[in-house]
Amino acid sequence: MKNDYIIEMRDVTKSFGNVNAVDGISFGVRPGEVVGLIGDNGAGKSTLIKILSGVHQPDSGQIIVRGHVVRNWNAAKSREAGIETVYQDRALAPQQTITRNIFMGREIKNRFGVIKVKTQYEEANRLMREIGFTSKVFDPDSPVATLSGGERQGVAIARALYFDADLIVLDEPTTALSLVETAKVFGFIENVRARGRSIIFIGHNIYHVYDVADRFVVLDRGQVVMTAGKHEIKSAEVLMRHMQEIAEMAHAADSAPA
Amino acid sequence: MFGSGSGDVQQIAREDASALVKWLRNNRRALTSTLFLIVMLIGFTMANTDVFTQFKTYRSVMIALPVSIFLVVPLVFVVTAGEIDLSFPSVVGLSSYAFVSIVDQGGEPLLGIVVALVVGAALGFVNGILVVRIGLSALVATLGMNFFLRGFINILVEGFSIAIPEIRGTFIHTLLADDTIIIAGNQGIPIQMLWALAFTALGVFLYNRHSFGVRVHCVGDNPESAAEMGIDVDRTRILVFVFTGIGAALAGVFSVMINFVWWPTTGDGLLLPVLAGLFVGGTPTWGGIGTVFGGMIGTSIVAFIETGVIAAGLTGFFTQFFYGLIIILSLIFQRFNGGRVR
Repeated sequence: MKNDYIIEMRDVTKSFGNVNAVDGISFGVRPGEVVGLIGDNGAGKSTLIKILSGVHQPDSGQIIVRGHVVRNWNAAKSREAGIETVYQDRALAPQQTITRNIFMGREIKNRFGVIKVKTQYEEANRLMREIGFTSKVFDPDSPVATLSGGERQGVAIARALYFDADLIVLDEPTTALSLVETAKVFGFIENVRARGRSIIFIGHNIYHVYDVADRFVVLDRGQVVMTAGKHEIKSAEVLMRHMQEIAEMAHAADSAPA
Repeated sequence: MFGSGSGDVQQIAREDASALVKWLRNNRRALTSTLFLIVMLIGFTMANTDVFTQFKTYRSVMIALPVSIFLVVPLVFVVTAGEIDLSFPSVVGLSSYAFVSIVDQGGEPLLGIVVALVVGAALGFVNGILVVRIGLSALVATLGMNFFLRGFINILVEGFSIAIPEIRGTFIHTLLADDTIIIAGNQGIPIQMLWALAFTALGVFLYNRHSFGVRVHCVGDNPESAAEMGIDVDRTRILVFVFTGIGAALAGVFSVMINFVWWPTTGDGLLLPVLAGLFVGGTPTWGGIGTVFGGMIGTSIVAFIETGVIAAGLTGFFTQFFYGLIIILSLIFQRFNGGRVR
């Protein structure tokens, strides 16, 4: 059971100047599992995700993909490993078309680099329908700038869906979304889980995280302070109480005389 | 899916109708500059019908226009990537110096072209390193490079120019720049114009259909997103500078083959007209979007201004005045195509 992680981090650290944003984190994700990653602002969630997706390189520690240590970890390697990240900012290029955004960095092309424009267009069209884009106002050639926040989230999710990721990282996916759009995102998560894929769900809203996650990982000041399966935590309120205790302990530690 | 057959037909008809609208919308910047060129030429024709109904007027412009086109095409990539390159005039000068030196000493013109391209690409690479790796401002670093390289040329040749009349009649010159070849006599389209158009077509293809061009768009639009999606942003940025270096080398080689002379100032006068052509053509300054075809049209607009002003009976003193006027007018027109979207 220990070594069935699809991806694992061991003793990963990352600091920016004097700030140890990630301070020796070890953590892994199993197939078909939804991990809820929670913690206050500045706990290190975003940095951890950016390391996982290869945008930041860790200062030390190992990244292990299906039991093999990967060196010189970067964004391209992360995507090769089957990790797709739906960023909080959604990682879109607003002046470009929906199609270009879906295939950004991973175009469908021949070996001379010539893009198969028609194939990309059709795939983008199919994906848009799959995740419920029915508007006649835009098509795969529309610039992303013409879309609403929820629709942009949809494009980012469509991208993860297309590449059939083994692990999809959702960074605050429900922030700034309407209730209907939030429900859509939850439907999508169920869909992904049913296909045996894994998800890391990062959220501020404890109720949202409690509803979707199988396991909770709580971060505080760059460290994992709690890991618990859903069976150990009876309700969102209980999870919330744990979070409060952690915050109070942190506060006590901060205000203790040196 | 649930619609009746006729509903589907209706929907297809609507999609067909919007295909034209979509095409117009997607190409509106290039179309605006093309329209502007046509309107300007009509204006010139009304001012001097004799001159502007003769093909040789257009032909005379097309003799030197290719030099600007070889520059503007890669510059569209640079500006789309969110960068700028002001060093190209001196890269034209230095790479064509390599070409002319080899030919002057009896070397193969083809070898000269290859060496010029290597020099241009290498200088572009240096620009890329300065901006991307060392982190200098592209505006300032390439401006510095422009002075530095021009100074280097001056130290190297101490003011002397080099003439290579012997290149006429060689296979390479006949193939690339012998303006008597296409259609007999002095009435045909200069062959170098055809090469410039071919280069434009290659640029359009690279820009829109090749992963390089598409990544240039993404990098200029939102470099953070591009990096998050695994695009090597630094590499893409360096490559656009290398591409500009190659374009500048081609411009230099063509300039020398058209004039049969290399001057220590070769390329110097190109900075502002080519940049003006780029922006007049419809590529905005903010990055992420642009048009290669429009850039070619924009440089044509700039090239026709001088001829038009003289032909309209005004003295050469008016040229700069009209440069400015037409550049500002066309930018106002491009403004109708919208500002930056986020």
